Amino acid sequence: MQRSAIERPEGANNHTTSPWRQVIPQPTDPNDVMIQVKNLIKVFGTKVAVDDVSFSVEKGEVLGFLGPNGAGKSTTMRMVTGYFRPTSGSVKLCGIDMLEEPEQAKQRLGYLPENAPLYSDMTVASFLSFCAEMRGLHGAARSKAIDRVLDLCFLDNVRNQSVDTLSKGYRHRTCFAQSIIHDPDVLILDEPTDGLDPNQKHEVRSMIKRMGKDKAIIFSTHILEEVEAACSRAIIIDRGKVVADGTPESLKKLVPGANSLDEVFRSITRPDVEHKKAA
Amino acid sequence: MNNRNIQNTIAVFKREFLAYFNSPVLYVIVVIFLLASMGFTFFFSRILDSEDVSLTERFFVWHPWIFTVLAPAVGMRLWSEEHRLGTIELLLTMPVSPWQAILGKFFAASCVWFIGLMLTFPIVWTVCYLGEPDMGPIISGYTASYLYALACLSVTCAVSAITRSQVVCFIVSVAFCMVIALIGDPGVTHTIVATVPSWAEGVVRFISYFSFMDHFFELTKGIFVFRDVLYFLSVIVVTLIITNLALRAKRA
Repeated sequence: MQRSAIERPEGANNHTTSPWRQVIPQPTDPNDVMIQVKNLIKVFGTKVAVDDVSFSVEKGEVLGFLGPNGAGKSTTMRMVTGYFRPTSGSVKLCGIDMLEEPEQAKQRLGYLPENAPLYSDMTVASFLSFCAEMRGLHGAARSKAIDRVLDLCFLDNVRNQSVDTLSKGYRHRTCFAQSIIHDPDVLILDEPTDGLDPNQKHEVRSMIKRMGKDKAIIFSTHILEEVEAACSRAIIIDRGKVVADGTPESLKKLVPGANSLDEVFRSITRPDVEHKKAA
Repeated sequence: MNNRNIQNTIAVFKREFLAYFNSPVLYVIVVIFLLASMGFTFFFSRILDSEDVSLTERFFVWHPWIFTVLAPAVGMRLWSEEHRLGTIELLLTMPVSPWQAILGKFFAASCVWFIGLMLTFPIVWTVCYLGEPDMGPIISGYTASYLYALACLSVTCAVSAITRSQVVCFIVSVAFCMVIALIGDPGVTHTIVATVPSWAEGVVRFISYFSFMDHFFELTKGIFVFRDVLYFLSVIVVTLIITNLALRAKRA
């Protein structure tokens, strides 16, 4: 279990006392905690995908979710959104338990799944109209919400185009538009900048930052500069466990001599190759 | 069910129903259905050569076999397509319960068959022109036929919740519907009864009672049998519950 490059203190194997973990001051006002995840565990067959993950996100926080492929980022997010049922543990959005009152909790949630799935037989406007309706928006409120997100996500020129014929960037933005159509308190984005060109990436990042002021946002990414650009906090997950939690600045200090998050990431998560050797 | 639940179901229904009209599948299936049902009636049953104008033995009698093949073609996209596109992740993270989604989708597919069946109206018109048919059996024939279509659809719905491939869903559903239809076929039952030992006869008869066919023909005879309507409704309810369980298992 020892990582060769870094010295780890005694008991480092126990994730709860992980040395990379920062003590996050508990918020004084409980109303500010928008996402509360406690001891989340997900087991697929014999494989433990997510192993005792706990964290909370306050209003105004943008949390970056980092980790190698297959570390359990998407699985954790899917449990937070209520798509997967956790093997054990609890998820609370705005104080509402996802397992007990899923419909109420989901009402507060906007979600951009990985690969931005869309109904291919619809146009952009009809897709957004459907999503708005599912969120309980009707009549004038609905058309206003649609116009707002079309404008925000620069989709106005494709509003009557079939989703099938859109380029990847437009598809992504359409799905992103869907997630913010009801102006949710909690926003969960699974790789929101995947497959976008540099301009669009920049635009999405600044949008996340802008919206982060009055929402709680979790987004996962592989691009570490993005974390520094948009996140107020970051969590690194490796093989189902939270191995580091703190502001991008404090994460950099975790590994002595590291100049960038990139180096930190590489030294505290193990590459697949090493994983195989260990096994 | 409060207002919000109904609105969600309607939203899913609307999306699904319009999706049928946006794809060529619906038109192809309805046209084939009309050609098949009329073709069988006029060319195999030779309705014009006979002296009476009852539709039961010449028109409705073909419907179970047509629905066995065509109902899965309508229902196969319901959940398979969601799995394939990944939109199921969107749908089920919206504030909608799985039941609202299942019902919305099922009603949408049911409406397609309602339209399909209604489009066979020229045959009713024809028999009314040629003679004076009894309207009772026609109405009960249509009811039986529609319930049969819904039962096949709900079986397809359950199968499509398991697989992401529409082709797999179609083939498995047709096989299921075929078996459920065949076990009640008098010819098949007689053959089986003749080959099994006498003590097993009761078992065969018992199993054949679960076939759609028996209940279908009871209904088409023109007597509204509550028991048979209830049979079809319970088949639908049970398969939709299976759909719900399958969706839950799929999400693990």
